[in-house]
Amino acid sequence: MTKTRLLIIASALTLLSGCNLVVLNPSGDVAAQQGDLIIYATVLMLIVILPVLAMTVFFAFKYRSDANARYEPDWDHSVSLEIVIWAVPLAIIICLAGLTWVATHRLDPYADLPRISEDKPIDPNVTPLQVQVVAMDWKWLFIYPEYGVASVNEMATIVDRPVEFKLTSTTVMNAFYIPDMVGMIYAMAGMETELNGVLNAEGTYEGFASHYNGDGFSKMRFDVQAVDQEGFDAWIAQAEATSQMLDREAFVELDAPSAGVPVAYYGAVEDDMWERIVNMCVGEDELCLHDMMMVDALGGGGLDGLYNRELYRGLCTADDPEALFAILRPDLTDRMTEIEAALALLPPQPDALSAAPSVQARGNE
Amino acid sequence: MSTPAHPPVPEGGFDFFVVDTDHQDHADHDTTGHETGTVLGFWIYLMSDCLIFGILFAVYAVLGQNYAAGPSPADLFEIEKILLATAFLLFSSITYGFAVINMGQKNQTGMMLWLAITGLFGMGFLVMEVLEFEHLWHLGAGPGASAFLSSFWFLVGTHGLHVATGMIWLIVLMIQIQKHGLTPENTRRVLCLSMFWHFLDLIWIGVFSFVYLTGVLL
Amino acid sequence: MATETASSAHTFADANNAVHWFWGKLGWDIFPFYDPLILGTFIVTVLLAISVAGLVLYKGWLPYLWNEWLTSVDHKKIGIMYMILATVMLIRGFADAVLMRIHQALASAGILEFLPGYHYDQVFTAHGVIMIFFVAMPFITGFMNYIMPLQIGARDVAFPFLNNFSFWLTLSGVVLIMLSLFVGEFAATGWLAFPPLSGLEFSPGVGVDYYLWSLNIAGIGTTLSGINLIVTIVKMRAPGMTWMKLPIFTWSTLVTNILIVASFPVLTATLALLTADRYLGTHFFTNDMGGNPMMYINLIWIWGHPEVYILILPIFGIFSEIVPTFTQKRLFGYTSMVYALCVIMILSYLVWLHHFFTMGAGADVNSFFGITTMIISIPTGAKLFNWLFTMYKGRIRFELPMMWTLAFMVTFTIGGMTGVLLAVPPADYVLHNSLFLVAHFHNVIIGGVVFGVFAGITYWWPKAFGFHLDKFWGKVSLFGWVVGFYVAFMPLYILGLMGVTRRLSTFEDTFYAVYFVAAAIGVFLIAVGVIAFVIQIVVSIKNRDALACDGDPWNGRTLEWATTSPPPYYNFAFSPRVYALDAWHHMKEHGATAPKDGFVPIHMPKSTATGIVLAGMMTVMGFALVWHIWWLAAAGFIGSLAYGIFHTFNYDRDYHVPADEVRMIETGQSQPAE
Repeated sequence: MTKTRLLIIASALTLLSGCNLVVLNPSGDVAAQQGDLIIYATVLMLIVILPVLAMTVFFAFKYRSDANARYEPDWDHSVSLEIVIWAVPLAIIICLAGLTWVATHRLDPYADLPRISEDKPIDPNVTPLQVQVVAMDWKWLFIYPEYGVASVNEMATIVDRPVEFKLTSTTVMNAFYIPDMVGMIYAMAGMETELNGVLNAEGTYEGFASHYNGDGFSKMRFDVQAVDQEGFDAWIAQAEATSQMLDREAFVELDAPSAGVPVAYYGAVEDDMWERIVNMCVGEDELCLHDMMMVDALGGGGLDGLYNRELYRGLCTADDPEALFAILRPDLTDRMTEIEAALALLPPQPDALSAAPSVQARGNE
Repeated sequence: MSTPAHPPVPEGGFDFFVVDTDHQDHADHDTTGHETGTVLGFWIYLMSDCLIFGILFAVYAVLGQNYAAGPSPADLFEIEKILLATAFLLFSSITYGFAVINMGQKNQTGMMLWLAITGLFGMGFLVMEVLEFEHLWHLGAGPGASAFLSSFWFLVGTHGLHVATGMIWLIVLMIQIQKHGLTPENTRRVLCLSMFWHFLDLIWIGVFSFVYLTGVLL
Repeated sequence: MATETASSAHTFADANNAVHWFWGKLGWDIFPFYDPLILGTFIVTVLLAISVAGLVLYKGWLPYLWNEWLTSVDHKKIGIMYMILATVMLIRGFADAVLMRIHQALASAGILEFLPGYHYDQVFTAHGVIMIFFVAMPFITGFMNYIMPLQIGARDVAFPFLNNFSFWLTLSGVVLIMLSLFVGEFAATGWLAFPPLSGLEFSPGVGVDYYLWSLNIAGIGTTLSGINLIVTIVKMRAPGMTWMKLPIFTWSTLVTNILIVASFPVLTATLALLTADRYLGTHFFTNDMGGNPMMYINLIWIWGHPEVYILILPIFGIFSEIVPTFTQKRLFGYTSMVYALCVIMILSYLVWLHHFFTMGAGADVNSFFGITTMIISIPTGAKLFNWLFTMYKGRIRFELPMMWTLAFMVTFTIGGMTGVLLAVPPADYVLHNSLFLVAHFHNVIIGGVVFGVFAGITYWWPKAFGFHLDKFWGKVSLFGWVVGFYVAFMPLYILGLMGVTRRLSTFEDTFYAVYFVAAAIGVFLIAVGVIAFVIQIVVSIKNRDALACDGDPWNGRTLEWATTSPPPYYNFAFSPRVYALDAWHHMKEHGATAPKDGFVPIHMPKSTATGIVLAGMMTVMGFALVWHIWWLAAAGFIGSLAYGIFHTFNYDRDYHVPADEVRMIETGQSQPAE
């Protein structure tokens, strides 16, 4: 019922502008809910906006100086009126706040989708399609971990199958946005952000960087192919057929600044590529971020770390990082014993010394 | 400074403004608006400066454990020396207090003496700080070595720059007092510098406990 | 793989270039030979500057300018200088806007890419920076400087020299940003220069350095001016003017300056950290070595959101003065207006995160900041209603200030609505960084700040100069701005809903061209408004005798109308005693007239060249730092320090205007020295 009315409003707007207002009329369920929210909120606000606009014009006309309307130069206060002018906006904001709270939680980009579309529930047997997205200067790299392929400036999804994007950047801050599918989220270097969305209709859609990122910004665009399962398999097969492999060397080469890069595919992807990208250690000599953060959590790399950071390579992924760290930094061991002894005097605190779990969480922030 | 900022309305002109018999609620205006205005203004400036330090503390709180696999406070800080520097600064605050007491007693010589002692303590603090920075620099732990060191150098360095500014001010003010005596203007300046000096002391207590103590103990 | 390299066309300021000990990074290649557009502007500007300077020298105006204006500590003259500065920079910033609109119209139509990419990026950055820092801020500071002391019946501000110094620091920032147009380049990072893009790794040139030093120097000036104006209001109100008798514009000035003092230090600190990243190799906002770029975004918006209210609150104050005057009625709900101001002041610190809902914060955090943002619309809405009910049962005179006010009320309401829309996080996910956002903030800044500034100028011009502004050209200007605004920005709303993001310089298809062309037409209509405004001033000055007015041309209600137009340099011969809100209206009601005798000597501050000299040296220092000319930077720093100390040795800073001179001026026997 309301939906129909909304559609009427939306189509009226569309007619008015004679174009496709993709934000209000997208092809993906999440974006559609976000678009609907704009209309709900607008309607709610118009309850107070329209009277204000009307009163402005009406009062200006009625009380113009040559109209000889009622004139009360000393009337400057009315408790009841002031209650109304504070209460009405307050009431509307309370409604809007409720709507905001519910909608923000429902449309949390990190949360798994609760449905595929208005009339299609989620199929518990179908896992979301995993896509790892890397923003580079100035192109997009998409890695499909389930299929071991990658593509540049083009991606494909299956209609009505939820997609779970993991986002990162090798360079400055970026935002990843496919208006037809789902709202944007930032992609930042050394961090992994997440976005869940779905496309409900076949077609080719546009995606782009929506956060200014320098010279090649305007050209940092890509196509999204929303196809059925066969079409998707064909797309994967096409990518697999490419001899080029996304190894560390190829990645570094791709990462060099360039804009307007044509679509390209990688038939295979080196193991741990995504971890290396997120941890900014694709090149040979960098210390991986998670190793670095593990060192920091264990008390820092000491003065040695100033000149020989590489000492700590692989610490995070080691079986027992703390033990390895104790070997690498014997000078700290004494202190550790001291601190442990001191802490033993305190009431028991679970995991007081093992900061490792929190490091993991930070790495995935 | 003899003429008040708002001269009383002279006789005969009063009716311009006396238009009502209702006299109850006039704000009683201080007639030395400029003098107290400066103290208020300087106080507000200190609050804005405090905000800058607040940001630097917040930045340190965020970045203070990002050692980038490099040294941590435990590897770098020599807490004994820091304690000495802290003592210098705290004592300088007390001696400044003595200077202000002497000023209240119109004892210019005593005040100058205490100001000079304050200056010596301040200088001692600065020397300790420069030595510490030099030590860190020679270890290779400069401000560019890690985010922790960036925020450390910037926070402590900003405080140090303030102290250096305070030192210059102190010297200039002593020359001015020597030249013009304890005029109302100079008295006001002494009070402003006093606020500045105690403020820096307060900030240092924050730096000492938040950066050095927690850094070494935790 | 065929790729197209998109790096800058020129690399003159590359960090790898050797730094000469004397010239720093300066070299012949700093001049914009590579771009005929900039070179042309450069030549014209230089010729213009030379001819203006020549005229001033030839006519012998320099001593007058120096003695009466540049070194003046009179809050009214400083206020006027702020207004002139803002107007000049408005034209500069607007020229950038015209370039952008033409570029996007042509590029989206596939006709040509009018500006090269690196130039376009600098243009939109400069447009934002200039419009906020060097147009809107000087305008409101100018108003606050000129009007507030008059409204509270004060002789001047609390620290007249500091006031002069603040102005010159602002101008110092302007000089640096204008230099960047011709000597080197400006930042190509967007107006808030988010790292890592603005870091050394991704922006090795001097552009960001210009940005940083310009804003740092100007920002200190703004903070000092904020302190000054707060103390003025707290300490120098006329006797009897209790807080709830304070004119509403003065209230808004107080609240604004508290916001300034409590937010500009954040900007200073944040930019200082970024400066350290670029100059000292620190790692505050870098991707590696533990830096955290997200922290910059948080910090800059902790300043940035209050800044929005720093711009709009004084404007609310201006409208709150205009509406009662032209409806000839008391302001409705004065008390709730004051509380609304205070509530907005506090809430403005609790909303900063709404500028980056899309950074990936959790739903709880996002909804919290979304809801606090919406709550601000309640006091703002209350203010609108208060203006409406001031009009109700009033007798509205449709003079220019009132027309601007009505245009504001309609336009700002719409802008406020789209703002609340953007405060809904899921809606922001699809509208963030889009042209919808661009349309929204222009809707509130043009519809609010700009309309308010023009309303204020037409309202207080007669006070400042003793004659009215020409009504016809004022209406043309109003028409140009209002119609132009809607034509220029409604298409951007639509484009935003079509998913078009901001700051694009090239387009893949011509699908959007019609909207961009409409927006370009809009900007030309606004240009009519800008030009008409200039003509209005010129025509008014020419016809000043016919347009002349007395001290109270609008039948005003507050104290600034109690003195002559223009006011004597000491503002009031006698300190007014205040008995009521709308003090001047109250006096007129009771037939009070100024006494014509019994004058006493007036204590006034002396002019000083310290402000301009210090700011000049700091400009040199800023320029030297931008170009890594270390010896000159050191010289500028030590010079300004030494000169500042030298200034403190001058105890002879005030004088008394003899009672006779006051009598001569007050009885009209002598004109106050201009």
